Amino acid sequence: MTAMAEAPVAAPVAADVTFRIHRYQPEFDSEPHWEEYTVPLYPTDRVLTALEKIKGEIDGSLTFRRSCGHGICGSDAMRINGRNRLACKTLVKDLDISKPITVEPIKGLPLEKDLVVDMDPFFDAYRSVMPFLITDGHEPTRERLQSAEDRARFDDGTKCILCACCTTSCPVYWTDDQYFGPAAIVAANRFIFDSRDSGAEQRLEILNEKEGVWRCRTTFNCTDACPRGIEVTKAIQEVKRALIFRRF
Amino acid sequence: MSTTAQPGPVNIPAPRSSQRSSQRSNFELYSWLFMRVSGLVLVFLVLGHLLIMNVLDGGVQRINFAFVAGRWSSPFWQVWDLLMLWLAMLHGTNGMRTIINDYAERDQTRFWLKMILYVAAGFTIILGTLVIFTFDPNIG
Repeated sequence: MTAMAEAPVAAPVAADVTFRIHRYQPEFDSEPHWEEYTVPLYPTDRVLTALEKIKGEIDGSLTFRRSCGHGICGSDAMRINGRNRLACKTLVKDLDISKPITVEPIKGLPLEKDLVVDMDPFFDAYRSVMPFLITDGHEPTRERLQSAEDRARFDDGTKCILCACCTTSCPVYWTDDQYFGPAAIVAANRFIFDSRDSGAEQRLEILNEKEGVWRCRTTFNCTDACPRGIEVTKAIQEVKRALIFRRF
Repeated sequence: MSTTAQPGPVNIPAPRSSQRSSQRSNFELYSWLFMRVSGLVLVFLVLGHLLIMNVLDGGVQRINFAFVAGRWSSPFWQVWDLLMLWLAMLHGTNGMRTIINDYAERDQTRFWLKMILYVAAGFTIILGTLVIFTFDPNIG
């Protein structure tokens, strides 16, 4: 028998973490306010775990969106310590727990309740860039083939989960309710640079509008905010470049 | 009878309007491009201007009426100054227009701020151009 040299692993210790959560119940509150909750959490716990603990054990009226809890559905985007993130991808150990952790709804969309905002304007902008394959000519008898290089060209945009972290971190979007916002432009970019798609001309025309890509101030808030690591600002700049070179 | 609290007034901000105007124009494209090009040209024009006026040949101390009159007798400096005036004014005005678009949320505020901006810019450009072209070195 060989003695296994086991490194002593310290048992994880749960610490009390205080959350300062944005509360707004339209039936009772005339305006939003902050409320603090303290829950015991392990460093490896997610902020979403904390919200579920609060809802399950302290205050069942706390309202927030969540679905998969694994960073894929894009439901639980919120402003945590002033930055847009997914609650399910933000671990307690990555936050400073010596101070209360603030949790707010994402900005720039109408508030509905607690941490829930109305996502309709976001999806309206998304729809208006026609985020689907547009083709012309006869339908091929087999699948539409594409080279690995052509596929790699728009790979970044395919990672988007429509969580709205980028769009609601954009200072232009906060004040200009007509701006398409980064997420819609990423969706357009994903099809504009797809070799199988032939709707690029229409999409570029839409993004050339007054409230299109030219409103972008390249503050890089969107790239910083993206939980999927998409280079959002780069995607917007690519559309600008395509518009310039199409014109001249 | 239940004695639950009466619900308070519901106060939700009006949703953002989803109608967008579809104006087909390349104005924003051109203004974006103009900012880049004029910015590059202005780097040379303004740095050159600062160097000539403030550093070379005794710098700012030698500037007087005669110095300005001497420079503007040459079409080269007239064109230089005219180009600097127009590019800087249009560049700055377009930048301010963008900032107003970014920050003024009410339609009326935005309209009037832009009107003030355009009038001020127009006045400065016309006045500057007039001075460069009608400058009289023999003025008493």
